[in-house]
Amino acid sequence: MTIADNAPAPAIVDEEEAARARRARVNRIAKWTLPSLVMVVSILAWHLYVTINEIPHYILPGPLLVAQSIVNDWNLLWPAMLITTRLTVLALLFAILGGVALAVAFTQSKWAEMSFFPYAVILQVTPVVAIAPLLQIYVESAFVAALLCAWIVAFFPILSNTTIGLKSADHNLEDLFTIYGATRWQRLRLLAAPSALPFFLGGLKIAGGLALIGAVVAEFVIGRAGTGLGLASTLLEASYRFNFGRLYAALILISTMGIVIFAITSTISYLLLRKWHESALKRE
Amino acid sequence: MTPIRERPPLLTMNHIEKTFAGDIVALRDMNLTVNEGDFISLLGPSGCGKSTALRLISGLMHPTRGKIEWTGGQGSDDLGVVFQEPTLMPWATVAQNVWLPFRLRGIAYNEVRDEILEALRLVGLEKFQTAYPRELSGGMKMRVSIARAMVTKPRLILMDEPFAALDEITRFKLNNDLLELKAAIGCTVIFVTHSVFESVFLSDRIIVMAARPGRVIHELEVDTPYPRHEDFRTSAEYAAHTRAASAALGDAIGEAA
Repeated sequence: MTIADNAPAPAIVDEEEAARARRARVNRIAKWTLPSLVMVVSILAWHLYVTINEIPHYILPGPLLVAQSIVNDWNLLWPAMLITTRLTVLALLFAILGGVALAVAFTQSKWAEMSFFPYAVILQVTPVVAIAPLLQIYVESAFVAALLCAWIVAFFPILSNTTIGLKSADHNLEDLFTIYGATRWQRLRLLAAPSALPFFLGGLKIAGGLALIGAVVAEFVIGRAGTGLGLASTLLEASYRFNFGRLYAALILISTMGIVIFAITSTISYLLLRKWHESALKRE
Repeated sequence: MTPIRERPPLLTMNHIEKTFAGDIVALRDMNLTVNEGDFISLLGPSGCGKSTALRLISGLMHPTRGKIEWTGGQGSDDLGVVFQEPTLMPWATVAQNVWLPFRLRGIAYNEVRDEILEALRLVGLEKFQTAYPRELSGGMKMRVSIARAMVTKPRLILMDEPFAALDEITRFKLNNDLLELKAAIGCTVIFVTHSVFESVFLSDRIIVMAARPGRVIHELEVDTPYPRHEDFRTSAEYAAHTRAASAALGDAIGEAA
């Protein structure tokens, strides 16, 4: 046996393939470094702008002051964040339950869809800010009113996407189920539900963000009386007191919540679809 | 193989007519006796009602007039269907897809695991039970679809242009395999196609249909005995049958125009 036998076969280097691999490597790194760089540069520019122009903190607080507020006001901000989180998560949960249940009802009965779908649309297109004060009057518990408010905003994308999804099953598969004498329940569980899953998850991503928006609006309009002192109420109150450090701190936490919700819903979507759905596949 | 005329009838179509809205006659006075063990091709141009005939037999549609009767009545597992598309559930594995006909009758996977594996073995996909459809080529997906149609050992399998979207090499291979499969499970096949070559290679009866209105205009027999192998494609017999079928199809197209 010669040494050459053990040596790895010389790799055939194709210029295009090598360039493609290089580009892929660069892209992988850039995907994280570029946005991070943009953030660092923006914060630096913000800091310099505030210090050089001596902008008073009640007009625009510098990033250091905001960071300081997050730390100093943590005992106030953390419970506020829990309250807003509870409102958002509950609204999203009920939106999923209500949206999916109604979508199933719509697809099981054309009459139900014809009768009620227009009203679901009306509920959606009426600005929630305009409904909130009414809810406050008619609903005794302010928390329930705020929850309703956030729910109305979050539930429509789930309803609409799931309804389309449940109807999107392959027609030949529908025929096959008919030929094999599938029951209504089998059809729903084995065919309509899996077909609807990618649509539902798309709706869920939108609804997650909207539930947070709904919760913030509800806190603004209905106020701390109903929801306790959530992040949005804290933000509003800080603005009345010209405490702009706290205002920005609350704002940053709200947007962090939005990012976390998006990350969670995206992960759920990826985990459920990665084995079979085109959207979750890497191109070969 | 029993000669066609001596086979017991499986189902009969008597004066079947199907009219769609707007007085479009999709099928006019179709009479056909399908015998047990037949490999029937329905051959004809687009709009000749061959797919309509399949949908009527499968019960997805009901005839406007006439009656389709199964000898001894139709049982729930008498029918297997293969569409032009593989029509697999993308979220289910190969084995789960083949399980479907049993599953819809409430039979657990473990009870029929042997049947499922046997069907996959017959189509040469036993190594792919846990694969998802997206991981398979077009030809392999079609094999899964065929395995699903035959896993219950139905008396009749309906195939609606199953290989039309495949490349010729894959199609020829699947044609050969289909004949072997049919011999292995001994079912009856009705196969819709608009390829003269495919119909001659596969079937022992060719029903030629014309369009507007959809109707049967010729019936040919391909008396070459099974098993038929790849060399049948180059034989003089094959050429003769192809010529006859082409002439019949020519009539069908001519009459429609």
